[in-house]
Amino acid sequence: MLTFARRAFIVVWKDLLIERRSKETLNALFFFALLLLFVFQFAVGPDRERLAGTLPGLLWLGFILSGLLGLGRTFVAERENDCWEALLLVPGDKSAIYVGKLAGNVLLMLTVAVLLLALFTIFFNIDLAPAIPALAAVVVLGTLGLASVGTLFAAMTASVRARELLFPVLLLPVQVPVLLATVKATEAALAGEPFAAYAHWLQLLAAADVIYLVAGILTFEFVLEP
Amino acid sequence: MAADPLIRVTGLRKTFGNHRVLDGLDLDVRVGEAVAVLGANGAGKTTLLKVLATLVRPTRGTATVAGHDCARDPEGVRREIGLVAHGSYVYEDLTASENLTFWATLAGVRLSAAARAGALATVELDRAADERVRTFSAGMKRRLSLARFVLVRPRVLLLDEPFAGLDQRARKWLEEHLASFKAGGGSIVMATHSFGRELAVADRIAILAGGAIALDTPRGALSADDVQRSYALHTEDAC
Repeated sequence: MLTFARRAFIVVWKDLLIERRSKETLNALFFFALLLLFVFQFAVGPDRERLAGTLPGLLWLGFILSGLLGLGRTFVAERENDCWEALLLVPGDKSAIYVGKLAGNVLLMLTVAVLLLALFTIFFNIDLAPAIPALAAVVVLGTLGLASVGTLFAAMTASVRARELLFPVLLLPVQVPVLLATVKATEAALAGEPFAAYAHWLQLLAAADVIYLVAGILTFEFVLEP
Repeated sequence: MAADPLIRVTGLRKTFGNHRVLDGLDLDVRVGEAVAVLGANGAGKTTLLKVLATLVRPTRGTATVAGHDCARDPEGVRREIGLVAHGSYVYEDLTASENLTFWATLAGVRLSAAARAGALATVELDRAADERVRTFSAGMKRRLSLARFVLVRPRVLLLDEPFAGLDQRARKWLEEHLASFKAGGGSIVMATHSFGRELAVADRIAILAGGAIALDTPRGALSADDVQRSYALHTEDAC
């Protein structure tokens, strides 16, 4: 177990160190999120009532589109110098690599989510403070669900020529339960409804997370094998 | 009595679509032996190494390393081998030290600072330990790639064109390193199409042509000219 944790940690450490130095993914995601917000701002306009109805969808559209970009780059560093082959050749439990890659993706996506939420409050002049605890729960659970499958599918498509096309086509249908639950829970949280009113959506999210995570851990080794 | 071979390849066939790259290849490599596999471009040298490294599954036949079947027990094989292929297997945005730490930890080796420094000194990269690999030459990357096996110590080294891109000093270093690896009981299979220093390291020369080993002979029995003549003869046969 300790070896598994060390192996997973070294993968996160490596990915975050490379990202800190290259800043390729975070910079791209930040500017992409900014661009999305501009488009949303023009599309929705200043109508507060209209904004209240569309905000949960817009928020998650932003998270998911930037998430797709970030997740699609999960194994970019491994393509350089054939590191992908070297990962395969390392003896031992490959699921530690999956957990490490997933943790790196979750951290990156949560950073983008925090930035997006902050930018939303500025662009749309809204006060998210009362809904922050509920939003935090939805964002963490939603990000974990998105990243669990996303990391696995990124590995599946890493050595495919049309990976940029194939990755979202594979990922989005599987994400339907997560998308549904996150948007509904966010809508309720932003409307100030009591926790009991959207607890079932959070339960659905948690269940989807557990299923996706276990499926990822159990199947990653087979995805990696030639 | 001769010891059991550490590597045994029997009737190996590999096809990609309709193209048969390897066809009935047999090869044995004993403990402490180095075999240079010579062949023209596209002869199947890299495919053979990839089958032995468990990166490519054979279509037919068997390949075993230290008794582990490459197709049925790839994890067992991976514990015994080190592969140095065309890619250097290093991350460009990490330093040499960080690359070693990463690969050693992933392989389950607890790496002390002294061991890491020692490995880098062995490949003469101690002065560049804290420099990012992005600034390294191809030869330096290849040496860093080999430093991983100073730490992990596999029983078998699989080398694809190991001397390519190395300067004279690095070639000499690699030759000495491979000789000491053999002396320590390690076995080597190296694929090449050149007649340089690889042949000095090799105990046996196997010429790959037409998907099979066309000639397998002890290195001592052949002069460099003999090797070139045999190579030309067999690779022309294959065309």
